Amino acid sequence: MRVEQNLGEQFSGGLKESSDMKKFLTILLIAVGVFVSPAFAQRATIDITQGNVDPMPVAAPDFIGADDQTMGLGRDITGVIMNDLDRSGLFQVIDQRAYIQKPESVNERPRFADWRLIKAQVLIVGEVQELSDGRIQVSTRVWDVYSDEQLGAVAFKTPADNWRRAAHKVADFVYKTLTGESGYFDTRVVFVHETGPKENRVKRLMIMDQDGANPIPLTDGLNYQVLTPRFSPTQQQITYMALFDNRPGQVYLFNIETGEQEQLGNFRGMTFAPRFSPDGREVLMSMERNGNSDIFIMDLSTRRLTRLTDNPAIDVSPTMSPDGRRVAFTSDRGGTQQIYTMNANGTNQKRITFGQGRYQTPVWSPRGDLIAFTRQYNGRFYIGVIRPDGSGERLLTESYLEEGPTWSPNGRVIMFYRQTPTRRDGSGGQTQLWSVDLTGRNLRRIKTPGDASDPAWSPLLP
Amino acid sequence: MNKFLKVAGIFASLALISACASTGPDVDTTDSADTMVDTGPSGPVPGTQADLEQSAGHRVFFAFDQYTLTPEAQSTLAKQAAWLKEYPETRILVAGNCDERGTREYNLALGARRAEAAKSYLVSLGVDAARITTVSYGKERPIDPRSTEAAWSLNRNATTTITSTGA
Repeated sequence: MRVEQNLGEQFSGGLKESSDMKKFLTILLIAVGVFVSPAFAQRATIDITQGNVDPMPVAAPDFIGADDQTMGLGRDITGVIMNDLDRSGLFQVIDQRAYIQKPESVNERPRFADWRLIKAQVLIVGEVQELSDGRIQVSTRVWDVYSDEQLGAVAFKTPADNWRRAAHKVADFVYKTLTGESGYFDTRVVFVHETGPKENRVKRLMIMDQDGANPIPLTDGLNYQVLTPRFSPTQQQITYMALFDNRPGQVYLFNIETGEQEQLGNFRGMTFAPRFSPDGREVLMSMERNGNSDIFIMDLSTRRLTRLTDNPAIDVSPTMSPDGRRVAFTSDRGGTQQIYTMNANGTNQKRITFGQGRYQTPVWSPRGDLIAFTRQYNGRFYIGVIRPDGSGERLLTESYLEEGPTWSPNGRVIMFYRQTPTRRDGSGGQTQLWSVDLTGRNLRRIKTPGDASDPAWSPLLP
Repeated sequence: MNKFLKVAGIFASLALISACASTGPDVDTTDSADTMVDTGPSGPVPGTQADLEQSAGHRVFFAFDQYTLTPEAQSTLAKQAAWLKEYPETRILVAGNCDERGTREYNLALGARRAEAAKSYLVSLGVDAARITTVSYGKERPIDPRSTEAAWSLNRNATTTITSTGA
C-alpha cells in the first residue's frame, strides 16, 4: 500500500527562516481502509483530566529504513518520539530489548500476540523513506494492541536534516490520537542562559526545542541582561526586559526570524514584566514612575500605551485570559503580594488568593481554566495552580527557590525555573529548568547548556 | 572643620583596630603603624566615590520585603545629603536592590521603591532632585552570592554611586 492521499497542507509561517525552505514540512494522511476494523472494541485512550493516571505501556520499535541512512534516521526519530512520550508522564515506553517482533514494513499488520505478550497496549510502527527529491518521508501507524485495531496513521515529508521536527510531529500525533488533545512536542522554549558569578551574571536569550535539543543563543549578553522573555502566542516573536547598567530597564520586542529587536516605547521609568495578549497584538507590562509600578497595555500597531491600574501599591506580572476578557496580576495593595483579576479595561479589580504567604507571577493557562502561580510561604517557594475565581488551589512543586511558570500550549504541563541554595562559601547554587504536569507527579528537569532561568513556551509550531 | 573631625574619627577607629590586632600573638605592630601613616593623610580624593563611601556610606539596607527607611538608613542618607551639599556639582545614581527571596518581577518593582525611598529622603534634606537618577536592579545584582540571612540582608539595599563630579 502506498500513500494515497496527500492533503497537501503546508506548514507555513514559523520556520521559513531560510530562503530555500529547508524546514518545510508537509503532512499526508496514509490511507486507512485496509487494516481498520470497525471500532467495536474499546479503544486505547488516555483520560488526561484524571488526577492519577497510570502511564500507558507503549512499544516503539526503531522506525524501519531500507538503507544505512534511513535506518540511522529511523533509530534517531524513534529515540526522540520515545523520549517525548516518556517525559509526558502519560506513557511508559517499554524497553526495546523486550520486543519479540521486528516489523519489516510500516504497511504490515503487526503480530499483536507478540506485543500483548510484553504487555504493550499501544504499538507505534514507522518507516523512513528517502524521496526522489532528496527529502524523507516518515510514515507512522499507531496500533491498539488489544483490539487489533489501527488507531491512526500519519506521514510527514521533510528535509532529512529536519528529522527531529518530524519526530516531534509524530509524537504529537500519537499524543492526540490517544488523549484526544493536541500535543506540545513540536514546540520551542526561549529562556535566559546564565553564566558567570552571581554578583556579575551574564544573562542572554536562548532558544531551544522543547526537549532541550538545538539550543541557539539569540543575544550576546554583552550590554544588558535579558530577563523574563515571553513567546508570542501567534508569531515568531519574543518580548523581554533588558536590564541595563545605570539606567532603568526597558521592554523589548525580538523577531526570531530576522534577529531584529526594538525597544517598546521610550519611557523615563522602568518598563518590565511584559506579556503578550492572546492574539499577539498587544503587550501587557508594568511601568514604574517615581518608584510606583502600575499595569499598562500597549497596542503593538499604534504603540499606544493604556493604563489599566492606578494604585499606590506595586502592581506587576499581568497575564490575560485566552478569551481576552480578563487580566490577572500581582499586587501588594493588601499588605503582601496576592493575585488579583480585573477586566481587560482595568475595571472590576478583585483579589482571588487568600492563603498564607505571597502569591505571585500569575500565568493564565492557554485553556483558560487555570492560573499558574508562584507562592512564597514559610521560607519555601511553590508552583501551583488555581481557578480564575480563586477556588481549587493546588500546589504542584516545592523547593528553596522556584518561580516563573510557563504553560505548554495545550495547558497540561508547566515549565519553570528552580534555583538551589549556594554552598557555604557562596559557590554553587544551580539554576535549572524543570517541568511538571498538572498532577504534580511528573516532575522532570529540562536539559540546558549550563544554568537557565525564565523559560517561555512557544505555541505549537506551524 | 566638619571634614577634619571625620578624618580624626577615622584615625581613631584605625587606632582601635591596630590596638585590637596587637593583642594577638605574632603581630608586628609596626605594620599597623605603617597603615595609619599610608592611608591617613592621603585618604580618598575629596568629592570622589571613595570619599562618599568613607565619609557618609553609600549603602542603606532594608528589611525583608520592605522599602521603609530604618533609622540607620536615615542617618546614612543624612550624611550623604550633607556630603552632596559640599559637592554641589556631583550627580548620583541610586540603585535599588533586593535579595533572592522573591520573584524576579516583583523584586524589580520593589527595587524601584527602595531607590525612590532613598532619593525622596535625600530630596527632603535639600538635595536637588535633578541631581539624582534612580534605577532598580531587582534581585539581579547581589553583593553577596550566598544563600544566607547575612547575604540577603546585604543584598537588600539602595546603593548610591556618583555618575558625574561636574568637573
